[in-house]
Amino acid sequence: MNSKNALKSSERFRELGLLIFIIVLSALFQLRNPSFLTLANIKDLLANTAILGILSIGMMMVLLTRGIDLSIGATMALSGMVCSLTGIAYPGMSPLVSILQGMAIGLVVGSIIGILVAYFNILPIIATLGLMNIIRGLTYLVSKGKWVSAYQMSEGFKNISKGTFLGINNLVALAIIIFIMFYYFINYTRTGRFIYAVGSNPDTADVVGIPRKRIICMVYIFMGVLAGLAGVLWVSKFASAQGDTAVGYELNVIAAVVLGGVSVSGGRGKVSGIILGTILFGILANALPLIHISPFWQQAIQGIVILAAVIANVLMKRSNDKSALKKRVI
Amino acid sequence: MSERTIEIQKTRTWKTFIFQWEWFLLLLFILICGINASLSPYFLSFDTFLNAPMNFLDKAFLVLPLMMVIVLGNIDVSVGSIVALSSVIMAVSYNAGLPMPLALMLALVVSTLCGFINGFLITRFKELSATIVTLSTMIIFRGIAYIILEDRAAGKFPEWFSFLAWGSIGKLPFIFLAFIAAAVIFGLVLHRSRFGREIFAMGNNSTACRYSGIKTDAVLMKVSLLTGFMAGITALFLTSRMGSTRPNVAQGYELDVIAMVVLGGVSTAGGKGRIGGPILAIFIIGFLNYGLGLVNISAQVLLIILGLLLILSVMIQNARFLKRNQKSARPLTIKS
Repeated sequence: MNSKNALKSSERFRELGLLIFIIVLSALFQLRNPSFLTLANIKDLLANTAILGILSIGMMMVLLTRGIDLSIGATMALSGMVCSLTGIAYPGMSPLVSILQGMAIGLVVGSIIGILVAYFNILPIIATLGLMNIIRGLTYLVSKGKWVSAYQMSEGFKNISKGTFLGINNLVALAIIIFIMFYYFINYTRTGRFIYAVGSNPDTADVVGIPRKRIICMVYIFMGVLAGLAGVLWVSKFASAQGDTAVGYELNVIAAVVLGGVSVSGGRGKVSGIILGTILFGILANALPLIHISPFWQQAIQGIVILAAVIANVLMKRSNDKSALKKRVI
Repeated sequence: MSERTIEIQKTRTWKTFIFQWEWFLLLLFILICGINASLSPYFLSFDTFLNAPMNFLDKAFLVLPLMMVIVLGNIDVSVGSIVALSSVIMAVSYNAGLPMPLALMLALVVSTLCGFINGFLITRFKELSATIVTLSTMIIFRGIAYIILEDRAAGKFPEWFSFLAWGSIGKLPFIFLAFIAAAVIFGLVLHRSRFGREIFAMGNNSTACRYSGIKTDAVLMKVSLLTGFMAGITALFLTSRMGSTRPNVAQGYELDVIAMVVLGGVSTAGGKGRIGGPILAIFIIGFLNYGLGLVNISAQVLLIILGLLLILSVMIQNARFLKRNQKSARPLTIKS
């Protein structure tokens, strides 16, 4: 009982730490550049971070099962490209149909990965690395190497990201809805809890009768659908679809999720954590250019942040386990 | 799955000899050469056979240590970035006035250091999978390359430096000879030395190895150092071939190299594989690339083919692995 409390309090401490870190960081950025904490910039920041947030919830579920998905950047490019091309072919198409189309593409990709990982026992990194290249190649083939630019897109399509819902930007509103849905799903449904069980101990999950393979497959399908959705949003937001849309974006997503305290060895992580992680990552991405840090530094900084977060997670878990051992009454 | 069954014995009969993965690879290789020859009448000449490999053999140096990594059951996706970083540092330090031989040494030192960082993180933080460690070092190493060179290119190497990739001794290209030497050394180390046996043993069961007195951390570290060092060698040949370097060189090498290793019959579950397979796979993918170039098929199609090859070969390997396990391994029973 004691150790459980210790665990809980340390996790809360972690989130509190993250929150304090966010506040301190924002204050520092504000000192360097007073335009950081303006309403316009915060709105901008949230809209930019929304796509990252939508993806991070999918990636969290994948990481919870000890997996990884490197293909989401490519999935985003494919779905964005196909949707904008069909948007050109049928200019009167409702934006809602575009979104559904993108999600359908993501569903197909996610199902392929899920089946490969769950039923063919292919390591997630290898399956998704392979798929990443296949999908990226397909995107180039579909677009024949051309770009789709802003003037070719219909207003309706561009308005997906520009419009507002109850006064909030559509992207942010969508991200909030998705967060609430998955928060409920992960924490309060049986299937959601199974994800944790599969990740923290696959063998036990098998023994207790949890449909492990089905859960793993499901997780990649969710990831695919979210990536497909994000692809449409991305293309609508930046008003351009290219063969190399969102190259390497999967690493940003992994970074945000890991920052939020999700363990890459499975079974640990919370939705509230990844919200903070995503916001922190969004702040970093938004503020580094504002305080005039060269874009060439950003990749290295991002990598170091991931590594530091991962190592911090490990150290935290070690000290947790140690204190749990100390408190055990013999 | 693989950890739960133990293969009791391994017999070599004519059956296992005939159903070797390597024969399939050889068949594939001959097939690709046949297709290439039908596309271009010049293909089946001695010169082409010797000169075509120059274009892809730089990667091949990475295949050898990465085979060790995968036999260990690990993975390393940072190799492309190590190549880029050491190539960039070599070029920049040479342009800053360092003599070329020293710049070469520096490149090797840097790449080995990168390998050391990977090895240190992997052995020190065992809770982390090699995937996430090398993924983050992949970003960091390439990020450092970008910090150093931004979006410029660096080059203007001395004349003799191009010998590495383009020169030949007699009729044989230098890079070809160097690769054969490296392959022989790695083959001997993997299959004829104690270190090699330790790698295979650790791939099968790392915990058992630690309990039976193998210094598992030291083995992991040595393999990481070797991977870094060979990435440096690759950087030398690659830079020499291209004549200049940019921070985005060797992007996606990790996929190519992992695909070659896995196509070569090395199981991603660890503990299985023979050096001949990956070497054949290097030439299969290399000549496939060459043939696609002959018929003017774009690089994107190659991406698709490479991805498909990677996934299909893992699927076939897994199926073979499961089948063999079902046949030859009896589950351990405990009598009470």
